Amino acid sequence: MLRLENVRIETGDFTLTADLELPPAARVAVIGPSGAGKSTLLDTIAGFLRPKAGRILWQGRDITGLPPDQRPVGMLFQENNLFPHLDLMRNLGLAVRPDGRAPDAEGRKRIGAALARVGLDAMERRKPGALSGGQQSRAALARVLLQARPIMALDEPFAALGPALKAEMLALVREVAEEIGALVLMVSHDPEDARRFADLTVLVADFVAHPAVATAELFRNPPEALRAYLGE
Amino acid sequence: MALRPVAIIAALAVAGLTLGPVAAVLVFAGGGAGLGPGFGQALRFTLVQATLSAALSVLFAIPVARALARRRFAGRGLLIALLGAPFILPVIVAVLGLIAVFGQQGLVNDALRALGLPGFSIYGLHGVVLAHVFFNLPLATRLILQGWLAIPAERLRLAASLGLSPGAMVRTIEAPMLARIAPGAFAVIFVICLSSFAVALTLGGGPRATTIELAIYQAVRFDFDLGRAAVLSVVQLGLALAAGLVALQLSRGEGFGIGLDRVVTRWDGAGAAARISDGVWIVLAALFLLAPLASVVVRGLPGLPLMPVEVWRAATHSVTVALGSTVLCLIWALPLATRAGEVVGLAGIALSPLVLGTGLFVIVRPFANPFDLALVVTALVNALVALPFALRILRPEAEAVRADFARLSHALGLTPWAWTRLVFLPRLRRPLGFAAGLTAALSMGDLGVIALFADPDRTTLPLAVYRLMGSYRMEAAAGAALLLLALSLALFWLFDRGGRVNAEA
Repeated sequence: MLRLENVRIETGDFTLTADLELPPAARVAVIGPSGAGKSTLLDTIAGFLRPKAGRILWQGRDITGLPPDQRPVGMLFQENNLFPHLDLMRNLGLAVRPDGRAPDAEGRKRIGAALARVGLDAMERRKPGALSGGQQSRAALARVLLQARPIMALDEPFAALGPALKAEMLALVREVAEEIGALVLMVSHDPEDARRFADLTVLVADFVAHPAVATAELFRNPPEALRAYLGE
Repeated sequence: MALRPVAIIAALAVAGLTLGPVAAVLVFAGGGAGLGPGFGQALRFTLVQATLSAALSVLFAIPVARALARRRFAGRGLLIALLGAPFILPVIVAVLGLIAVFGQQGLVNDALRALGLPGFSIYGLHGVVLAHVFFNLPLATRLILQGWLAIPAERLRLAASLGLSPGAMVRTIEAPMLARIAPGAFAVIFVICLSSFAVALTLGGGPRATTIELAIYQAVRFDFDLGRAAVLSVVQLGLALAAGLVALQLSRGEGFGIGLDRVVTRWDGAGAAARISDGVWIVLAALFLLAPLASVVVRGLPGLPLMPVEVWRAATHSVTVALGSTVLCLIWALPLATRAGEVVGLAGIALSPLVLGTGLFVIVRPFANPFDLALVVTALVNALVALPFALRILRPEAEAVRADFARLSHALGLTPWAWTRLVFLPRLRRPLGFAAGLTAALSMGDLGVIALFADPDRTTLPLAVYRLMGSYRMEAAAGAALLLLALSLALFWLFDRGGRVNAEA
């Protein structure tokens, strides 16, 4: 269970409050108008922002003060998910050995398996620049898979992909998340993503991250803030 | 990635090594030594030559920049690249080239004599200003060219569709741009010329052409009057700080800008008169810059076999000093490549090498023979002086690397060493190579502190050239100057190239 307890986040003159719970191994969409604070919410859970007030708990443990790498969160960013000058083996190696040393045979085997899992067999020596956009997304997903953290935070990582590729990646995320039993938090500005991918949806609007609601239910009976966002 | 302590240590080292000598100079100057005879003259000469040099550089840069901005011709890119070259050109090499063209036996005086006209002497105010314009005309041209390129294309199109006359073009477009750029360019060049030492040493001298920097040197070397040197250093420090602050206020351009070889599509200046005058300015500027360099090569080649063996030893010293100050400068620059760090680094540019050198001389003297430390002090001061330039090159890229990859690195929990080794340094290869090249070339060509400290056993190549000139062995001096030029360019090229090779993505 991920719990945000009376959390208040302030960046500049922007404020976002959140008081909500998310069950483990759920797929959760975070939607809302741009600038509402969707990424801010994710950054707070991932540890890039410290809330001004409130606590963040994972399975009852307070993680509010932990740095990003000690949180149970693996994150896919909008961009810069891979270091462009390192090949995939070195890139993924950093998920295994953050001190930058070469991974041992066991580590290399895990990296190869993760790459194979996302359909990038035998691409260990490629640099990101030599991959297509879809392949880069897959490689980044392989990194999250290697980290095997119980929460996967996706900050619109597939926004630059076409509709077919995006659907393919979402399906892959779903499989990977099920394998490691992870809670998936996915920011999107596309309500269709939420409907297709997520059992639960968190609506971020009017400076509040609202408690999660079953996605089908939410769209059947949208509250005022969601109606305004959808333009209905 | 917690590299803060390293940055703080680096900042403290820079502050200590700049403020320490200044403090030493201030304490020593408190001893009540006078300014000495000829101080008024030196102050006046310093201000007059700096004003003239800056004014002439900017004045001539205006038509040259206008011509470069609106003409396309074969070799335009090369000429613009060449405008960056004086920065890494050793002063003594340029001086020898200028003497070859404008000196007593030079091409210009020969031509004047052939025409039955009186010749002129390159020594004194003329020569100092001439050399300063040689070095700073390219800088002023680059700054003004940047101003031209910053004018939105729409405005030039509007001017074309309105059919503005040349006069109206100047009033509505060029004059406002110059009003914005020229004062800053003037101020920057004024500051540079204010602390001119090597030019004044070689082409000035004598009571009527002595800058304050040169007076400091003379007080130390000839009179061994450290008290007077310290007082003069305080004056120089005040001048440079005051002028530097004004320049910082006035100037926003950088002069390092890339992309200057872009041609903006223009519709003005199609008339014959404009085309001819643009052509004349471009040819004159190219000749003025290229003729001295060409004559260094032409005169240097036969001089190479005439070089005494000391020259080779001096060359070894110079390369060692250059490599040492490059390493030192980069070790400082990497942790300081932040906004705050750049301010710390500016200390190096505000302080003249001679002032730093005098301060270090005063500090070191009670403990060791300063002359034994000549090369070490030279490398140290060169690194400090090059630091602001290295920071200006590195900071934007370093900030971009942090902005792009800090989150990913935090998420992975990279150790500081892994971040430095695997991300920060590899991503900074190109600007690091460029900064290293500039630092090495600047240090290689430096003729400042070394003149203050050197004895016959510990010279650098620029000083060896100067001494050969002083003993009228001009052929050998020309050969050594060519060697110096080749080594400076080679160091720059090697480092810069090292940053580019295989640096894809």
